[in-house]
Amino acid sequence: MSVKHRYLPNTDADRRKMLEALGLRSVQELFADVPERVRFKGTMDLPPALSELELVRHVGELAARNATVDGYVCFLGAGAYDHFIPSVVRHITGRAEFYTAYTPYQPEVSQAVLQSIYEYQTLICELTGMEVANASMYDGATAAAEAAIISSYALPGRRKVVFSSALHPEYRETLRTYARGPKLHLLEVPAEGGVTPVDRLREAVDDSTACVIAQQPNFFGCIEDMAALGEAAHAVGAHFVACVDPISLGVLKPPGEYGADLTVGEGQGLGVPLGFGGPYLGFFAATGKLTRRMPGRIAGVTVDAEGKRGFVLTLQTREQHIRREKATSNICSNEALCALAATVYLCTMGKQGIREVAEQCLKKAAYAAQQLEAAGFPRTFAAPFFKEFAVRSAVPVERVNAALLEDRIIGGAPLGRWYPELADSLLIAVTEKRTRQEIDRLVARMGELR
Amino acid sequence: MTRQETAPPRPGRGTEPLIFELSSPGRIAYSLPALDVPDRPVDSLLPPSALRTRPPELPEVSEVDVVRHFTRLSQIQHGVDIGFYPLGSCTMKYNPKVNEDAAALPGFAGVHPYFPEEVVQGALELLYHMEKYLCEIGGVSRVSLQPAAGAHGELTGLLMFRAYHEDRGEHRTKVLIPDSAHGTNPASAVVCGYETVEVPSDSRGGVDLDALRRLMAPDVAGLMLTNPNTLGLFDENMHAIAEIVHEAGGLLYYDGANANAIMGVARPGDTGFDVVHFNLHKTFSTPHGGGGPGSGPVGATRELEPYLPVPLVDFDGRRYRLVYDRPKSIGRVKSFYGNFLVVVKAYAYIRSMGPDGLRQVSEDAVLAANYLMRKLAEHFHLPYDRHCKHEFVVSGVWQKERHGVRTLDMAKRLLDYGFHAPTVYFPLIVPECFMVEPTETESRETLDAFARVMAHIAEEARQQPDLVKAAPHTTPVKRLDEALAARKPNVRWQPET
Amino acid sequence: MNGFPSGYRYTKSHEWIAVEGKTGKVGLTGYAQDQLGDITFVELPQVGRQLKQGEVFGVVESVKAASDCYAPVGGRVTAVNGRLETEPDLINRDPHGEGWIFQLEITNAAELDSLMDVETYTRYVAEQGEKG
Repeated sequence: MSVKHRYLPNTDADRRKMLEALGLRSVQELFADVPERVRFKGTMDLPPALSELELVRHVGELAARNATVDGYVCFLGAGAYDHFIPSVVRHITGRAEFYTAYTPYQPEVSQAVLQSIYEYQTLICELTGMEVANASMYDGATAAAEAAIISSYALPGRRKVVFSSALHPEYRETLRTYARGPKLHLLEVPAEGGVTPVDRLREAVDDSTACVIAQQPNFFGCIEDMAALGEAAHAVGAHFVACVDPISLGVLKPPGEYGADLTVGEGQGLGVPLGFGGPYLGFFAATGKLTRRMPGRIAGVTVDAEGKRGFVLTLQTREQHIRREKATSNICSNEALCALAATVYLCTMGKQGIREVAEQCLKKAAYAAQQLEAAGFPRTFAAPFFKEFAVRSAVPVERVNAALLEDRIIGGAPLGRWYPELADSLLIAVTEKRTRQEIDRLVARMGELR
Repeated sequence: MTRQETAPPRPGRGTEPLIFELSSPGRIAYSLPALDVPDRPVDSLLPPSALRTRPPELPEVSEVDVVRHFTRLSQIQHGVDIGFYPLGSCTMKYNPKVNEDAAALPGFAGVHPYFPEEVVQGALELLYHMEKYLCEIGGVSRVSLQPAAGAHGELTGLLMFRAYHEDRGEHRTKVLIPDSAHGTNPASAVVCGYETVEVPSDSRGGVDLDALRRLMAPDVAGLMLTNPNTLGLFDENMHAIAEIVHEAGGLLYYDGANANAIMGVARPGDTGFDVVHFNLHKTFSTPHGGGGPGSGPVGATRELEPYLPVPLVDFDGRRYRLVYDRPKSIGRVKSFYGNFLVVVKAYAYIRSMGPDGLRQVSEDAVLAANYLMRKLAEHFHLPYDRHCKHEFVVSGVWQKERHGVRTLDMAKRLLDYGFHAPTVYFPLIVPECFMVEPTETESRETLDAFARVMAHIAEEARQQPDLVKAAPHTTPVKRLDEALAARKPNVRWQPET
Repeated sequence: MNGFPSGYRYTKSHEWIAVEGKTGKVGLTGYAQDQLGDITFVELPQVGRQLKQGEVFGVVESVKAASDCYAPVGGRVTAVNGRLETEPDLINRDPHGEGWIFQLEITNAAELDSLMDVETYTRYVAEQGEKG
């Protein structure tokens, strides 16, 4: 008995005609090569099919049971941020020409995907001050891990990767997983005062070090002395990998100017919804001399048979489908639609907007920190910060967040989850979306608990 | 880089300028509320040495410029919503619209991954059930939804192999991979620290059992297999393969790229696979997005389950929660819980299809492939003449030998007729091949139309080989010079100086 | 394809070496470049590097392939063909002449005996063609 379904265009009459053309009586004959003993008998234990209306109701009901950044005031960051997404971004990424396409294997009918990747690469280069960028990686964590691996391959014999505990905990965990294959030796330097101690780092690196990874701003939101950390890496001939917040680059120095060999980061802030953690995009940029070491896809300019400008995937001999067992990365896709969102976002914000959004984050976060301090929540670290900062609480942080939640405010991330010694601290993020009124509400509510 | 001032390209018909070439100083496309906190100079908040001295050269364009630029670009792009897209092993099926609506719901899209568990119960419940559904479809015990793509699933699965063997105090250094495998398989094995050993195919297109017996040594961690394989053939010796591998202490990895052929027909876990990945962007209808994001969940049998990445979602009868305390886990393979919004779309698909619908999907996909294969075999060489599954391979060797027309030329010619070309020159073991995967969402009329065009191109190759060799003729750009792009890499725009 | 120069020695991996005294000039054969197609990039060895016979000295890339290249004999690299950095297709245009890759000072001339002469190599290539 065959199934009628809105996504299946062929009717029983069509199926019959197709079987007749094959000289068959039943579609089961086409599965005759599936041995009896491995064949699945019966019906899969899955819920029965829903009509479109039933589905809409069902997923709507599930969605309604989640808090959202629209219904709550969000001071949570820690690697995923509630930045404003201009309407244009959703409209462009919602065009089916973009989202129902695949990897541009036939460039002559894929110029939109290819050209937008080329524009994305250019935007990332401009933002980071690097010479070359790829078409994107899965996320910030995997981009950082792949940067470490590439460094080890580019500098044969070097397998040590050095970073501090101020690198995002989930990036460190991902790095640990990725390090198993290439047998990288990971060395974690404890952060001091919320930043990576340059002297300790200098002691930790040696001529077996492939790279130093430093995050700017780091997981605590603090500003690192990237130039000094980079110098420490270069002093032993290692690569310096900068892991940066792209929004911060509206005001912060681009990694290309402080000597980063590789720059990676989480691109979610660039027009990609929070989406309970994904999909996001990792950006990956490098100096020109590392171009041929880059993982992932790269789009480039060429000309067609009539001399007209066009775009293709290029330098593909770096990639897994050609290198196969000689590949240094197995990635064979990119987060193209998220990269398109980032492209549209950066074009919409433009040269002025990217600075303004960064400045608003900076100034609103500074205001929030100042007010919280006055309300009895001093900052955990004295170091300068961008849009995120840790505060100490005399009241248990769980109580603080529970009280805020009652007031439809999502408080900061409790740092004790990753750093037992910081069990009294909350990591508070303030984006351009937060109003003074919302910040004052947060401060007032927290102040009442003291 | 010349933007012709006299004759600009017609929108949607030719090439589109770069967004940077549309930039005009002072123009803006954004707006933000006025700053409502006390304004303080940037250099009083941050050390001057950390500050940017020159703004990034982002485009200065209006909102209209942005919208028209990307809209015009979209008009020179092929996609599933525009026409047939028979890329082999990519499963370019229709991407249901309602799934996009589901993923865009604020209750999914607007959820921060670190929100307290008590306020994300709907999201966790969806993940929990999605895992259950994939367990049932794959015949496995548990599934991690964390991997972001098929290749990412392979990396996850092979690291689980490694952890499993190490747990037993065994040091195994090699992974076996059939010669028909996707290029990602050997690459994944190598990035997981394994050497790869190629297993030849037999004359029926399956794994050569004698070779497998010979190669399956005590230092082999396991075998990676796509079944049906990239030739579109189900390995009839599946049971024997599993026995040979398991008897030698190895494990079996299922590359789920071709799972669209077997839903409700054969479950990888039942056929002897220990670790399985699914491609939600292939089998479960989520859009490919121009190259991503995808989602590559990994399932495992009871024995391999402890090694899955963290976190998993558990249910205690009252509340759903994220579980990190799994001491044997390989750890995490990316941040957070996977490509959640992609999972939402695949969840909506499974709920739309139901168990009988999914089985019908596989039956229809296989019927469509066989129907099309027989039609194309009238004009092209069919290297493996047996029933295929959801895809098949035909070769252009006749056209190359007789008329000097290569498969690449015919692929380009297809573009002139409004079809995307099939995958070409893959798998590597069939020269001049087309790898065709029609999927179940194409009507008989579409399949007939494609077959007619392929027959017509075969005829053109005979009558007018030069016409085919110079194709495409009607696309927005003509054939592109890939050698030039690689020799003189220009991978970012620079203002003309 | 035109013939291969008669004075050269050849490897099974399709490198050639032209010997003058203690110096050898190394390149890829016309057969190799034909198999690779349009060459887009050549990774040259470092001058001064000591190579063993059969060691990988670099990579030649075309649009669709990347191929390791092996030293025909051991020796120290004394010069590289810098023109290949901007004109990698020299290997396509003149594989046995202008498209040379590097020069080396041969450590052990006896290793040359393990290589093929032009007749043997021509036969070898013909067999490869039949297999392919």
